Amino acid sequence: MKIRNNIAISDSGFVFDSNNGESFTLNKIGLEILQMLKNSRTEEEITQKIVKKYDVDIETFEQNYFDFVGMLRHFNLFENESF
Amino acid sequence: MKKLKYERPIINKIQSGMPDKFGMSTRVQTISDVEGIPVVNIIKNYGSPTFVLSEQTIRDTYQEAREAFTTRYPKVQFAWSYKTNYLNAVCKIFHSEGSWAEVVSGFEYDKAIDNGVKGAHIIFNGPDKSDEYLAKSIENDSFIHIDHFDEFYSLIRIAAKSSKKAKVAIRVNMDTGIYPQWDRFGFNYENGDAWNVLNKIMLSKDLELVGLHTHIGTYILTPNAYGVAASKLAELAVRVYRKFNYVISYIDMGGGFASKNTLKGAYLPGKDTCPTFDDYAESITNALINSEIQPENLPTLILETGRALIDDAGYLVGTVLANKRLVSSRRATIIDIGVNLLFTSFWYEHEVYPVKEVSEQTEDTTIYGPLCMNIDVIREVIKFPLLQKGDPVIIPRVGAYNMTQWMQFITLRPNIILIDTSKNIHVIREEETNEVFSRQEKLPEHLS
Ligand SMILES: Cc1ncc(COP(=O)(O)O)c(C=O)c1O
Repeated sequence: MKIRNNIAISDSGFVFDSNNGESFTLNKIGLEILQMLKNSRTEEEITQKIVKKYDVDIETFEQNYFDFVGMLRHFNLFENESF
Repeated sequence: MKKLKYERPIINKIQSGMPDKFGMSTRVQTISDVEGIPVVNIIKNYGSPTFVLSEQTIRDTYQEAREAFTTRYPKVQFAWSYKTNYLNAVCKIFHSEGSWAEVVSGFEYDKAIDNGVKGAHIIFNGPDKSDEYLAKSIENDSFIHIDHFDEFYSLIRIAAKSSKKAKVAIRVNMDTGIYPQWDRFGFNYENGDAWNVLNKIMLSKDLELVGLHTHIGTYILTPNAYGVAASKLAELAVRVYRKFNYVISYIDMGGGFASKNTLKGAYLPGKDTCPTFDDYAESITNALINSEIQPENLPTLILETGRALIDDAGYLVGTVLANKRLVSSRRATIIDIGVNLLFTSFWYEHEVYPVKEVSEQTEDTTIYGPLCMNIDVIREVIKFPLLQKGDPVIIPRVGAYNMTQWMQFITLRPNIILIDTSKNIHVIREEETNEVFSRQEKLPEHLS
């Protein structure tokens, strides 16, 4: 699972897809996760980091993470994956 | 180290060229309490979901409506529309403010009597009045609003057997310029049916004509339609006076004032489009005062306002059950309030609010009820913040019709509580249990 190279992420939570000119906004946690994904962190690493930093249990976060990644996929931000 | 406050990660696509309606704020509003009572406490003590009613709001709204009319017209009488909300506690609040009762069935009639309303302060409307209840209404001096000719003839027959005259009005339907025109109740003005039945009543020795009634529709956004209706009823009163030298004692304008809820498909929120009581009062009272009725003969003005008097006083509090992502990528939130309790969600875009402070981020969300039925949709799409399973929610303006039209379907009906004017909480209708429900059933012997 790798974020495409032509996805630009600004520090303020603004994402630009130079392929098609579409742009997105993220909340703070969304931005952190996207940046970690961009740096090729695994789901496990990301979960550990978030759960340590924020007041959330692993189960809730995993559900939310799954949903978030689903949206990134829906918006076509990952490199082509083979299922 | 103290952990930071968490919220779900989200990403939203920026839609260019698609501004929000009139730049309305998408800031997330929360409602954390009703009359100072925290919603979380209500849920803890009375369960989720729970209906909540504010006595203060009922009284304030009633007084505002009454003042709008009494400052413009000498004789005004409200009659509480039982079907809008016939919880005894609610009816009694209206009666204690001076409201009579407006009923449309034997069940409602008996309820009014049980609530201590004098027979002579009950208005009996609707197409379904049994012989038994017509007789009862005559004995009790209640006002019978005749709906159709069959009822007129029944009444002639029943009144003939009574020592008392039946006090009657007719319900009149008419063109007031609004669409759709309700023509299924009462006698039509334009085609002469109304005038025809008035003549018959005047010639009957057992009926006493006391009033003229109309109810032009519900959620009427144009006060002017009431002016048109009041003029037409006044015209009938004038004709009766000219022909029979007889003065009609009241004109009843029915209900139908809009509430601040937003109708489905409306472009602007109901809060911004709903006329005030003053607007309606101005239109109705001007029509009566400017009619050809002589000042000394001005009839009492009766109003059967329903939803506009009670919608704002009711809340539903509930809980998020789950979140889902639909195939279309739309977020869906399932709450424990369904169309079984919120019947009015079939025609209103009900507002749904979080109870606790949440992040400013919102997403287009569909809000579903808990029923395993496709029709169970509370909001097709609403900008909604990030709530988690277990978070409380509140839906304001649910006081009208929901607590009477609700359905016992799939699940049982919850507690209804009233917060009184001293902020004391009373359960005014207990939650149903399996036992309550089973009590009505009977098993044939071979199946037991
Ligand atoms: C005869 C009559 N009066 C009054 C009402 C109350 O109407 P609303 O709730 O629109 O004010 C109704 C409602 O249908 C009605 O049928």
